[in-house]
Amino acid sequence: MTEAIIFYLFSTVAVVSALMMISVRNPVRAAFYLVLSFFASAIIWLLLQAEFLAIVLVLVYVGAVMVLFLFVVMMLDLNIVEKESGFTRYFPIGIMLAAITFFSIYYVLGQKESGMDVFQSQPLSTAASHVEGYSNTKELGKLLYSEYVYAFEIAAMLLLVAIVAAISLTYRRRPKTRHQNPDLQVSARHEDRIRIVKIPVEERK
Amino acid sequence: MLDLLYSLTSFLPESLQTIIIILVKIAVLLIPLLLGVAYLTYAERKIIGYMQVRIGPNRVGPRGWLQPIADAVKLMFKEIVIPNFANKFLFLLAPVLSIGTALAAWAVVPFNAELVLADVNAGLLYILAMTSVGVYGVIIAGWASNSKYAMLSALRASAQIVSYEIAMGFALVGVLMASRSLNLGDIVIGQSGGIYHWYLLPLFPLFVVYFISGVAETNRAPFDVAEGESEIVAGFHVEYSGMAFSIFFLAEYANMILISMLASLMFLGGWLSPFEGIEIIQNSSLAFIGTASIGWLLAKAAFLLLLFLWFRATFPRYRYDQIMRLGWKVFIPITIVWIFVIGLMYYWQIGPWFTH
Amino acid sequence: MSVTPDLLPATAEIFVLIMTCIILVVDTFTPEKYRASSYILTQGTLLGALLITIGLYTEQSIVTFHNTFILDPLASMLKGIIYIVVFAVLIYSKHFLQQHKMFKGEYFVLMLASVLGMMVMVSAYSFVTLYLGLELLSLSLYAMIAMQDQAKSAPEAAMKYFVLGAMASGLLLYGMSMIYGATGTLHLAEIQTNILDKFETHSLLLSFGLVFIIVAVAFKLGAVPFHMWVPDVYHGAPTAVTIFIGSAPKIAAFAMLFRLLVDGLESLHTSWQDILIILAILSMAVGNIIAIAQTNIKRMLAYSTVAHVGFILLGILSVSQSGYSASMFYTITYTIMAVGGFGMVLLLSHKGFDAERISDFKGLSTRAPWFAVMMMIFMFSMAGVPPFLGFWAKLLVLKAVVVEADMVWLAAIAVFFSIIGIFYYLRIIKFMFFDKAEDSEHLTITQGMAVTMSINGVVVLLLGLYPGILLTYCVQAITHVIQ
Repeated sequence: MTEAIIFYLFSTVAVVSALMMISVRNPVRAAFYLVLSFFASAIIWLLLQAEFLAIVLVLVYVGAVMVLFLFVVMMLDLNIVEKESGFTRYFPIGIMLAAITFFSIYYVLGQKESGMDVFQSQPLSTAASHVEGYSNTKELGKLLYSEYVYAFEIAAMLLLVAIVAAISLTYRRRPKTRHQNPDLQVSARHEDRIRIVKIPVEERK
Repeated sequence: MLDLLYSLTSFLPESLQTIIIILVKIAVLLIPLLLGVAYLTYAERKIIGYMQVRIGPNRVGPRGWLQPIADAVKLMFKEIVIPNFANKFLFLLAPVLSIGTALAAWAVVPFNAELVLADVNAGLLYILAMTSVGVYGVIIAGWASNSKYAMLSALRASAQIVSYEIAMGFALVGVLMASRSLNLGDIVIGQSGGIYHWYLLPLFPLFVVYFISGVAETNRAPFDVAEGESEIVAGFHVEYSGMAFSIFFLAEYANMILISMLASLMFLGGWLSPFEGIEIIQNSSLAFIGTASIGWLLAKAAFLLLLFLWFRATFPRYRYDQIMRLGWKVFIPITIVWIFVIGLMYYWQIGPWFTH
Repeated sequence: MSVTPDLLPATAEIFVLIMTCIILVVDTFTPEKYRASSYILTQGTLLGALLITIGLYTEQSIVTFHNTFILDPLASMLKGIIYIVVFAVLIYSKHFLQQHKMFKGEYFVLMLASVLGMMVMVSAYSFVTLYLGLELLSLSLYAMIAMQDQAKSAPEAAMKYFVLGAMASGLLLYGMSMIYGATGTLHLAEIQTNILDKFETHSLLLSFGLVFIIVAVAFKLGAVPFHMWVPDVYHGAPTAVTIFIGSAPKIAAFAMLFRLLVDGLESLHTSWQDILIILAILSMAVGNIIAIAQTNIKRMLAYSTVAHVGFILLGILSVSQSGYSASMFYTITYTIMAVGGFGMVLLLSHKGFDAERISDFKGLSTRAPWFAVMMMIFMFSMAGVPPFLGFWAKLLVLKAVVVEADMVWLAAIAVFFSIIGIFYYLRIIKFMFFDKAEDSEHLTITQGMAVTMSINGVVVLLLGLYPGILLTYCVQAITHVIQ
């Protein structure tokens, strides 16, 4: 009962904020709605007792990715999206694609032997209950580092490539910028900074 | 205490009873915390005053003890001015987000082996998530204020917090490796056996990184460019007044206490006594200093808080690029190297920390 | 459940990964004038990986990492060819990179990362690793295309490739998830065994998934009607990157096609055969006809790639061992020829001038007769003129279509379009030998380039005279996998 209330409450929040995110004009607000949507999804994950995934969703997406995203959006100051012209024109195509996607997902999940039907026969609360002392984090870690270790390492490489690519594409060396070298600053001695010059006293003529 | 509460509320339906009891627990946690925050501000002014050979507040009440109360009353009765063209909803939401996340993180902090509001398995991650969400208060405040200074400060603060979050997260990975648990209670219990068993020793670089990152995360001096009075007036809360302003203030100090608490829990043995297991003390009349108690935790946290104030009194403010350099080029490499070292220590089962 | 998987079969991958990281670090600390050290290290890595792969060669199929990785003769052979091709690509492009300020450590790191991605794809035995390998390859390619700062066309090409590539990846994932939904597994071997019983109940779902997967693979190969990106990207990218995109990734794409359709979904061949027939006919038609109208050599070669992809598909769609091996043979020969062809474009370009127009080849016979002969070999071979390598490739594919699949009409269509295709290859030869040079600038050809180009040309000629050498290996590799 309580679970059902929480589920419906937060799934409504997730869906509504996702809709707001794509329909709101101001990009900063759109980003905030996305954050809200992430939060609601995290709570739904908590309901499934997947606390690790829920917290990581908040930590990574809300705490880091969206912050940087907001950072960029605020810097660009795109206060109002210029034209909405494309929206009405592409709306029918969008709706059609969405409908196709929806029905094919429905079809996949509706398949008898797709492995999804087990959830239909059980109430939500018992679907994912675990024994005392079960740690979501530990189990995920075990799987990632044993069965999926190869895929996991390639994914890590993928991230490294993304970093290298992003930096090599955006980094421009500016020869005119002057850099500080803290090592030099720290190791400066007073002898280097001041030179005492002896000037012989001149006789007044 | 709890039993009494249960019997008092037994006439209510069960779900309502649970909610009431949780609310009472939250109140019991928060009231001392907020009092602590209030007197931390007083302590700060006094201590910095003494360090600068001043007296500090001494007018309200004996030795100025009522100063925080007076401040609170004054702030409560001040008008909250909302700037023109500011986004009113977000403007008011920002302080709420700030204080909300700052207080929510306390849910998983244990005070001793039993005394914890929510004994969550992934407590460490939860705290990390909450502190990282706290940055939204700053960002929203800066954006919704419709002010250049606030905006600049929000950008500075968000970049700084995100950068230091990484170093902080890596430092916590070290703790996680040593204790093999994400539960804060288990982390403390893993350190039992006297001062020698604390994670401070094997994880010393991580402790330093964690604590300094904590200072940076809370936007405290010397990392307080987000406030930067000399350049951007007061940063993200320049447009706030009255209670809205003081809520930011509360959040900042609550976060300071939280960081100190966590550092003592994770590296300094939490509520455990440093003299644990020493027979001479156990057999003497001083046995109480050899036993674990909440007093130890508070004492350790208080010492770390003193460091916060001390930093503020002694260090000049970092320049922004220096802050970034410290975070990315110094702290992150240190933590990564040390995680590797922990792996080796684990492999060779060094010391009492890594033998199982 | 064993905790530590058997790492030995993946030694080559691990070696390349470690070397990539080492180059990344070494390059950071090398001053500008010793930049060549990164280049040498990269070439060394490729050679080392080649040695390791040869050393690990076995006749069996070894599966490790919980059934997500396979080392079989097919994988070893394709990996070996990838190293050699990339090695040649690097030699060809060195001069170009230096002139266009692209001779940077990041370039080599990205190149090795894409090589790693190809290796992962070639050795993938589950949907997850296949997809990750593909992404690793594509992501590196996007970045490599966009790396040149001065040219405006490069970022545009990269953007186009990125957007379309991301969509293709999405389609691939979507198809994979559908097949996963039907069969309940991500491992290719298990899919192969499960799929027949599931076909009764899940035929619609499986066909949907199959279509999505084929669309994605067709995109990566550049088959019509998913070829739109090919000419634009080949044209827009710096030539040094074009030669790379046009060569080794085709081998990886072939491996992906093979692993997905033959290793995983062969039981559904009645469904995918028809789709491939359409793709093949369209590719050969569009590729060959549009190539005639091109004035830019890179665009022309791009359309010729599209046409060749049609032939590669012909071999696969014959659903037979000899067809698969013909297809593999075709892919390898195409790669060797393409490296040579694009290499010539690099060879002709010099500082401030990219030999991008076909007319830039005019009078090459007087300026550099030896290289004109080489280019002639490549062009004849691509056109399928006997006795060059390309002829045998076409012949084998057509034979498979006629003998195994019994589709004489399809073979006739293929022959018809390849005759059309001969026109534009011959035009280049005419330009080189019978027209006067427009560009009189002295060609600066480095020694390494000259030697590699000569070897490349001689290989095409020799393998054309003795196609059995390569073909035996192809047949062997395929036979081992099919069993």
